Amino acid sequence: MPQAHLRVWRGGDDGEYREYDVEYSEGMVVLDVLHLLQATAAPDMAVRWNCKAGKCGSCSAEVNGKPRLMCMTRMQLFDPYETIAIAPLKTFPLIRDLVTDVSHNYAVANGMPEFAPGPPAPDGDYRMQQIDIDRMQEFHKCIECFLCQDVCHVIRDHSDNLPNFAGPRFFVQLAQVSMHPLDEHAKGDTVSAGFGLDYCNITKCCTDVCPEGIHITDNAIIPLKERAIDERFDPIRALGRRLFGRGDGRSH
Amino acid sequence: MPDYETHEYDVLVIGAGGAGLRAAIEASAEGARTALVCKSLLGKAHTVMAEGGIAAALGNVYEQDNWQVHFRDTMRGGKMLNHWRMAQIHAQEAPDRVRELERWGALFDRTADGRILQRDFGGHRFARLAHVGDRTGLEMIRTLQQHAVHRGIDVFMECTVTRLLKDGGESGAVSGAFAYWRESGRFVVFRAKAVVLATGGLCKVYSINSNSWEGTGDGHALATWAGADMIDMEFVQFHPTGMVWPLSVRGILVTEGVRGDGGTLKNAGGERFMFRYIPPMFAAETADTEAEADRWYNDRINARRTPDLLPRDEVARAINAEVKAGRGSPHGGVFLDIASRRDAAYIQRRLPSMYHQFRELADVDITQVAMEVGPTAHYAMGGVRVDPETGAATVPGLFAAGEVAGGMHGSNRLGGNSLSDLVVFGRRAGFGAAEHARGLGGLPHVDGESLELAATEALAPFEAGGNENPYTIHRELQEAMQALVGIIRTEGELAQAREQLGTFRERVQRVRVEGTRQYNPGWHLALDLRALLTVAELITQGAQARKESRGGHTRDDFPGPDAHFGTVNLVQRQRDGVLALREEPLPQMSDELRRLFEED
Amino acid sequence: MAQATGALARERRYGKTQRRDRWWLEPVLVATGLGAFIAYSTVSALLGEHWAFEVGPYLSPFFEPLIRPDWLPDWFSPALFILPAPLAFRTTCYYYRRAYYRAYFMSPPACAVREPAGSYSGESRFPLVLQQLHRFALYAALVFVPVLWFGALRSYWHDGELGVGLGSVLITVNAFLLMMYTFGCHSLRHLVAGGLNCFSCSTFRQARHRAWRFVTVANEHHRLWAWTSLIGVGLTDLYIHLVANDVITDPNTWGSF
Ligand SMILES: Cc1cc2nc3c(=O)[nH]c(=O)nc-3n(C[C@H](O)[C@H](O)[C@H](O)COP(=O)(O)OP(=O)(O)OC[C@H]3O[C@@H](n4cnc5c(N)ncnc54)[C@H](O)[C@@H]3O)c2cc1C
Ligand code: SF4
Ligand code: SF4
Ligand code: FES
Ligand code: FES
Repeated sequence: MPQAHLRVWRGGDDGEYREYDVEYSEGMVVLDVLHLLQATAAPDMAVRWNCKAGKCGSCSAEVNGKPRLMCMTRMQLFDPYETIAIAPLKTFPLIRDLVTDVSHNYAVANGMPEFAPGPPAPDGDYRMQQIDIDRMQEFHKCIECFLCQDVCHVIRDHSDNLPNFAGPRFFVQLAQVSMHPLDEHAKGDTVSAGFGLDYCNITKCCTDVCPEGIHITDNAIIPLKERAIDERFDPIRALGRRLFGRGDGRSH
Repeated sequence: MPDYETHEYDVLVIGAGGAGLRAAIEASAEGARTALVCKSLLGKAHTVMAEGGIAAALGNVYEQDNWQVHFRDTMRGGKMLNHWRMAQIHAQEAPDRVRELERWGALFDRTADGRILQRDFGGHRFARLAHVGDRTGLEMIRTLQQHAVHRGIDVFMECTVTRLLKDGGESGAVSGAFAYWRESGRFVVFRAKAVVLATGGLCKVYSINSNSWEGTGDGHALATWAGADMIDMEFVQFHPTGMVWPLSVRGILVTEGVRGDGGTLKNAGGERFMFRYIPPMFAAETADTEAEADRWYNDRINARRTPDLLPRDEVARAINAEVKAGRGSPHGGVFLDIASRRDAAYIQRRLPSMYHQFRELADVDITQVAMEVGPTAHYAMGGVRVDPETGAATVPGLFAAGEVAGGMHGSNRLGGNSLSDLVVFGRRAGFGAAEHARGLGGLPHVDGESLELAATEALAPFEAGGNENPYTIHRELQEAMQALVGIIRTEGELAQAREQLGTFRERVQRVRVEGTRQYNPGWHLALDLRALLTVAELITQGAQARKESRGGHTRDDFPGPDAHFGTVNLVQRQRDGVLALREEPLPQMSDELRRLFEED
Repeated sequence: MAQATGALARERRYGKTQRRDRWWLEPVLVATGLGAFIAYSTVSALLGEHWAFEVGPYLSPFFEPLIRPDWLPDWFSPALFILPAPLAFRTTCYYYRRAYYRAYFMSPPACAVREPAGSYSGESRFPLVLQQLHRFALYAALVFVPVLWFGALRSYWHDGELGVGLGSVLITVNAFLLMMYTFGCHSLRHLVAGGLNCFSCSTFRQARHRAWRFVTVANEHHRLWAWTSLIGVGLTDLYIHLVANDVITDPNTWGSF
């Protein structure tokens, strides 16, 4: 059986890395190895997880410095004698061991605009074409692992920005409302109102870590920035709007 | 009595899966002050894992579909043991609940004319499952979650309920719940006029299962301890297709959508063996040649459906038999082949998360080679016995919805009928609870003695004199249940299981945990063990009493269905720590509904 | 919200990261590549008439279209009429922003690597707020796409004779790369249809959606087009200078120029 050498953060802010040797079996992921540890050497080691299938986004941590889902990180990825360092997410306050307080994200979620559709067609059904929802279905893949929130330097390195900056996960959610063919918000509500889009300098770390492969920066953030610019100052589009009517897609 | 904080609500909903969220939304819409409690973070409940879709007779793909057909499919899938009224309400209301999800922001895949697309699933006569690729549960939970947080419902996440509290009166009414914060280990007392259980499933009592860690049957146990009637507990659904390799992912689900979209089961000899396992009940509507089965994917009217999509119990037993006969795959399953039947682009578009799951976890490209699959414990048909109209349990003040409630699915659940069950009966239970709360004047009394007991019991693992490790007990309990009360059961093994459960009960008393109360998974598991044990007893007792084979319950010693058992439900109730079982006649449906089955 | 303090926070000194891969490689390569191009193009453009930039049918893309009125003093390079447009376009390009924010501003140097600056306001204040003007640079850049293709066609015509040389091929490739770079622009993607919410609502919108799909494909590899077109334009310019100054001879069908 292969052996793993782990370095795991134990304790709170004043904790330390502790080293463990674990025997594991073929095909295991990092989370399995931590479970083996729990069952033997470290029964009280705090780890958050639910599905162990990459579907719930609970098991986020930093493995060798990279934000990832532990249940989707196979041991095969590492050299046999490599020390694997496992640390909690750094952007959020630590509770204990590998568990952090991610309540900030839920607070932000409460302030997000809610999808507001008009009335359905007379037969009671809404009509939407697949081509109109394709790009939004990408956003709906989000499993709220908050890895993108963790890696984003705007808040990771500058916690003073937390109140002004919704963060990549929530830009995805904004895009989802903003681009919805049935949504009837005024556009300004979904793109400019205080979500801190301008703080993002499109350096794409969020996209790099997203386990669902959502193109957060290209498909959500940049289009939102462009939409915000429409609202603010584009004389040519303003002229176009005047000549050809409201070119903003709200008409059905 | 250790410190605790107290919260007061009209309605307390325990569980934030599809059922709990929908119940909370409804209760809150009815004007009840509502709290939602869940063991994990909001949005992580097991519902998030549901893949294939939500069943509702929208008739978007086949106009012939309607609630009567859906009702009939559901009853036949459950081998007629379902509570007919639940099945009827479910079939009638599911379409509205699906449209409601869309109004709240869910984006289902579309038909060419822009309506909700529906896909085929086992046991459903028509393509009926509204879906979003293969991540329908995620869509549903996120939609409900985002809707709920804007309704001003108070959410208590990472807060585990360990006991229901009673008012101490004659009727034994429920008046709240005792819980602890996972983060700090501190205690919380909820006082409420009505409590809705929506705690989901229990399949973590088996070693090979598709559930998330939360599936420890807490709600089943909480209700049992509170003296509520439990129904149909012997019926556990083993989903035919779970992953079998590598070992560490054994049990993780492979959605039925794979077969709905053209995948077929093969044994080691490459034979499509399901054609040999078509039971008489379904023979009339099942294809008996490969050519007809393949035609069916595009022609529902002139071809009969492929046996790959027989109800789950049939398929799981067939796979079990093939493996036993030595025709299995290298790692003890059978092959599920879509690679040779559909092109890579189609597979990736229709089944993106399956593709991802196999590539990431098993190094297998499902567009190129067949998957290896085998049965995995998946769903509990049984649960709290409820009133179909309101979701009320047999104990006043207690309501239940979702997987924790019983009766709707009879002896076997059809795929896709759970997600619809969650929203249909979640809504009804939320409404029922709000109405019950309105009917009460003030907050009911909480019995001080039971409160103190709950606290002592929760702290026991820190003080126990023993040295049992909770992880070890959990593993061994799972192995015992898997071996003795699994897919195929016999009297001897069941008796053995009963005996072993006695030993486990003693060992659980001696569980000892290390560390403090702060986010301590060892402690959490120690407390969950008590629920798992109760659930194991419920299942085993039921399985022993039902001396026949039907749906999710197969007895080697009674291989066929039995006429008498076809007319009764098994009902269990705990009094003074003793679990008693009785038979109750099935509720009778009206002649009009009965006529729907006459064409068989 | 309270922030992690203590040991975990302490290890967040500059450059401190637990990453053990070569995360510094990308910023170093980008910084070097961009630096080299900026240095070279500045020199090439400023030299103007002092370093011949046209020969036969070939004109360096830095000077395309050639604007050289009679009154233009000798020391003023005609490239200076041209370059502000591509310069503005590339500087405000979403991809280049990412590249130089990471490589030069170290904001952040790489993902999950501590950034040195103490405070940060992203693109929310002057001057970086001006990055939002990218689409105006795009309007200008769009003009250059046909202009460069025109230059490419012209490079096959010399002394009244149709022919081809290595120079014409380079100029054509350059026009193609610049076109792909421009057509993959995020602002263009927004303008063609990205700003719409309903693609299917009219036939005109469906046509715009098809255009959007094309831009999306180019956009997915915007970084690739950004670099290849950058290297392409630099090499083409260098090549033409070398030919024009008789350092090398251009293989072509016309003989010599
Ligand atoms: C992999 C997989 C795929 C599936 N696919 C489908 C499908 O395609 N179609 C379909 O119809 N069905 C499907 N199912 C079944 C369906 O997903 C479940 O039956 C359903 O989600 C159960 O929902 P629920 O609301 O009852 O409970 P859950 O979603 O399980 O939620 C339970 C909630 O209760 C909370 N809870 C539990 N115990 C406690 C406690 N003690 N204290 C406080 N809170 C507690 C949990 O935290 C959680 O929030 C699938 C199941 C699995 C595992
Ligand atoms: S692209 Fe923007 S949101 Fe994403 S990590 Fe970078 S700065 Fe943060
Ligand atoms: S966008 Fe991606 S990285 Fe961010 S929370 Fe969602 S799934 Fe996780
Ligand atoms: S445990 Fe659910 S994503 Fe890892
Ligand atoms: S985004 Fe790069 S050119 Fe516009």
